[in-house]
Amino acid sequence: MSHLTEFQTFLLLSILKIAVVLVITLTAVAYTVLLERKVLGRMQNRWGPSRVGPFGLLQPLADGIKLFLKEDLMPLASEKLLFILAPIIALTCALISIAVVPFGAITRITANGISVDMGTIADINIGLLVILGITSIGVYGIALSGWSSNNKFALLGSLRATSQLISYELALGLSLVGVVLRAGSLRLRDIVASQSAHGALSWNIFGGFQIVAFFIYLMAAYAETNRAPFDLPEAESELVAGYHTEYSSMKFAMFFMAEYANMITVACVATLLFLGGPTSPLGNLLPTDFGGPILSAIFPILWFVAKVFAFLLLYIWVRGTVPRFRYDQLMAFGWKFLLPVAILNIIATSLVLALKG
Amino acid sequence: MQLALFIIFGLLAVAGAINFLLQRHPINSALSLVVVMMSLAVLYWSLGAEFLAAAQVIVYSGAIMVLFVFVVMLLNAGEEERTHGSRAAYMAGVPGAAAIFCLLSFIFLSNGRAFGSTDLTNHLTNAVNNIAEISQVLFRDLLLPFEVTSILILVAILGAVVLARKEQ
Repeated sequence: MSHLTEFQTFLLLSILKIAVVLVITLTAVAYTVLLERKVLGRMQNRWGPSRVGPFGLLQPLADGIKLFLKEDLMPLASEKLLFILAPIIALTCALISIAVVPFGAITRITANGISVDMGTIADINIGLLVILGITSIGVYGIALSGWSSNNKFALLGSLRATSQLISYELALGLSLVGVVLRAGSLRLRDIVASQSAHGALSWNIFGGFQIVAFFIYLMAAYAETNRAPFDLPEAESELVAGYHTEYSSMKFAMFFMAEYANMITVACVATLLFLGGPTSPLGNLLPTDFGGPILSAIFPILWFVAKVFAFLLLYIWVRGTVPRFRYDQLMAFGWKFLLPVAILNIIATSLVLALKG
Repeated sequence: MQLALFIIFGLLAVAGAINFLLQRHPINSALSLVVVMMSLAVLYWSLGAEFLAAAQVIVYSGAIMVLFVFVVMLLNAGEEERTHGSRAAYMAGVPGAAAIFCLLSFIFLSNGRAFGSTDLTNHLTNAVNNIAEISQVLFRDLLLPFEVTSILILVAILGAVVLARKEQ
């Protein structure tokens, strides 16, 4: 490998990281769908998918093949270019933000005189802002899909989605300020490091007294990902299917994957900001080099996956429990409750930090 | 690397701007403007101003342009009629634009050294945390102008609320 330059080595390792993370994320997306169908099924006293493979484990594969082989319908009166572009924008934006998420501890691999951190794709010092920015671009996918399909249900759905996303983005962004204030940095690794002192006790949700911020983030995240109880953009009882009414085959599948990829991103961000990211909840009870170099690189990833999984289960549980909001309730909740509470949380956190320091 | 990024995204920004003028449909124009904003954000980032780049994406592409697209969708604006344009625009505009272009290129070419240059690669590898620098400038050195600006924006918000409120 010595005939490669430093830049080529860096490029190869980065592509390797991207490929691995992309494959794992897409598989996770497919199996989150299955998880949701199974768990919802049990909550509603039925089995959920159980025919394809053992326990229905091959169901995502069957769904993928089915969607791939379906006829791709295109309404005659649609804006062709934007109609095709919209699902691509939605899925791309949903997948890009995973690039700045640190999955594991800092695991440096030195090859060819260049040392690359294998625990994350890109360690950017404004990682949090990048995630927020990409999420705000994702609105275009939904807005354009509704407008370009030239269908009243799709347009209504996308108008609802756009205004809901813009409204809840404020509460979402402001709820994160308290965490950023405590960490003193926008880099996700620093935010994780600021919670790693005493295991679960120093996580922002417990020891950091950011449980209010976590609550606001949780509510805003449900709204940002168009999930129940805020799934008005695709309320099937009023709008057929909302913004993706006219989409079929793989274009519909892309919206579907984008929704679940967004769920996973939101779960990753919640894990990093409030639940200590890849750090162990046991803190220093275990020695740092527990189980040798390989196991101590794998354990943080397992913790991270476990926390994300727990957050996804919470998502599904809420969907199975809470009825849908009315649209005026949704707007009033976002603007009149979440936003003021988020601002109060910022003031309280900064006062405490100023008095302590 | 910086040069490659500059050429790609500079060209993309110019192409987006030209497309913005040529498109007949308001939505297509708005989307070309989004492309311009995003390319500018990449250019800011390649200059080492990553906070500015993120703010550009969040504020301009993520908030303002979404509102533009939203309004165009709500009003259901159709395709525009193309006119021949007024004669005064041709008489004054074309020579004026040419004059400004010549003047600016003359100044940049003749006084390029006086503007100074930035060594981009050095700046990037040193990884200066410019969020800390920006916040020190904003919240310490320029605190009063910053607060005055925020009050100005608050007044604008209040004005919008008063205008939008229904008459009792």
